[in-house]
Amino acid sequence: MIKVLSSGFYTTIQDLGRKGNAAYGVSMSGVMDTNAARWANYLLQNTQESAVLEVTYGGCKLEFLQDVYICITGADFSARVDEISIPLNKPTKIRRSSVLSLGKRVYGVRSYIAVLGGFQTPSIIGSRSYCKGITQDTVIKRGDILPIKPNKKASIATNANIKLDGSYMYNETIDAHVGPEFNLLSATQKADLESTPYTISHNNNRMGYQLNEPLCNDLKSMFTSAVLPGTVQLTPSGKLIILMRDCQVTGGYPRILQLTEQSINALAQKTTGDGFKFELNFHHF
Amino acid sequence: MVKNLNYKPFGEKAILIEWEAQISNEILRDIVCFKQHILKAKNNQISDCIVGYHSLTILYVSEIENFNVEIDELRNIYLTKSLDGEHQPRLWTIPVCYDAGFGIDLVHLSNTNKLPIEQIIKLHSDTIYTVHFIGFLPGFLYLGGLDSQLHFPRKSSPRLRVKKGSVAIGGSQTGVYPQQSAGGWNIIGNTPIPFFNVHQNPPCFASSGDKIQFVPIDVEAYHKLEQEIESGRFHLKAQRIND
Repeated sequence: MIKVLSSGFYTTIQDLGRKGNAAYGVSMSGVMDTNAARWANYLLQNTQESAVLEVTYGGCKLEFLQDVYICITGADFSARVDEISIPLNKPTKIRRSSVLSLGKRVYGVRSYIAVLGGFQTPSIIGSRSYCKGITQDTVIKRGDILPIKPNKKASIATNANIKLDGSYMYNETIDAHVGPEFNLLSATQKADLESTPYTISHNNNRMGYQLNEPLCNDLKSMFTSAVLPGTVQLTPSGKLIILMRDCQVTGGYPRILQLTEQSINALAQKTTGDGFKFELNFHHF
Repeated sequence: MVKNLNYKPFGEKAILIEWEAQISNEILRDIVCFKQHILKAKNNQISDCIVGYHSLTILYVSEIENFNVEIDELRNIYLTKSLDGEHQPRLWTIPVCYDAGFGIDLVHLSNTNKLPIEQIIKLHSDTIYTVHFIGFLPGFLYLGGLDSQLHFPRKSSPRLRVKKGSVAIGGSQTGVYPQQSAGGWNIIGNTPIPFFNVHQNPPCFASSGDKIQFVPIDVEAYHKLEQEIESGRFHLKAQRIND
């Protein structure tokens, strides 16, 4: 078990999310950066569905009540165990009573802490991912006891030869397919979308990222239809909203772009004020 | 009934199918029927189907390798689908207490639309509503069929807390808040019936194409029903009807 000494700014349990219940209005949820989370589970030889801790902006402190192997991937928040730095992207054995802390940000926004065997918090509608309206807890809190599996492995292969290409976290290009309503845009709007350097507004969270730069909009409103993580909506006031993993399942704003899965991961490692440009992908047909 | 449908890729793993842009029960029936045939033919390839007013979005488990091939297969399912499997809708009867203690916007609605409260309740509970789809919140039903005399604009500033079970009107729509949430609709009553339960499979009793009718109950009946639900003695039942 792991005891939460300090929750940090926004820390949740996540896995690969809920499938099969969108028709009942259930959000997909799941890790914001699937790339980093899968990597952490892979290095520990966990199944890829194993639940991990998603730590947003660092600041969390955990006390281990048992020995266990962990692996931290994604953003770098200067992880330390009992004040000694530990490496990212490498399985590390943590001794009982040790304290892991994530502090000063070096790069990225979301860190993933995987433990051997995965976190064992309750699975609700087929997933352990925290989500408002679905799970009792929506963030971890000081004093929480997070259940994990008893440590059985004496050692774990630390395969030093495999390296994660983390360059996607710095990427200032966000790849997107054209969305269902893209063709309703004028030539000027389309050109603006491709040429504008966009920045992320302070309204960014697991549900969506709003952008600072508006796109002039004269599209008619539309009947409510499906939206997905990665859908870029154009609101009546011209604000662009990129939906993320906890987004609703339906929406009524034109869906002008659809981010690639890799670009959702890249965006998950960006925050307020960070900039990028869209690169549009027309190749489907 | 064969309609002219539009198929669009929607990211790497989804296909959006669109009908003519209008809200109609006929289109909804076609969407639900098509959805069932797709699920029958491709069950293990599909993770989710999301219905909209005139659309159906198919989410695949893996990336779609060739959209043209996949869309051809869907077209083929549509053209060869039989109608005998067509959905015979379920009618769910939902008891609602329209007492002023729950229906906190009833007086305002009555004054503005110049309708006596009894008439509002009658119009609201006489109609059989159609469940178009579920969205916004888990278990929030998008219902079609609200009488035009009851159309009423959303509040200009939403309430931060709308009680779970609140029955409300927003514009030309009516619905039930499945959980406490912020909301800008006008509240006319409350139902003790839970619309979403994470411990049930499926978590919501209704699905696209079903019918809903509200039945007025008094405060006493409301509390009695509330207790029955709490103690697990109440089970919501539906009847099959011809659409």
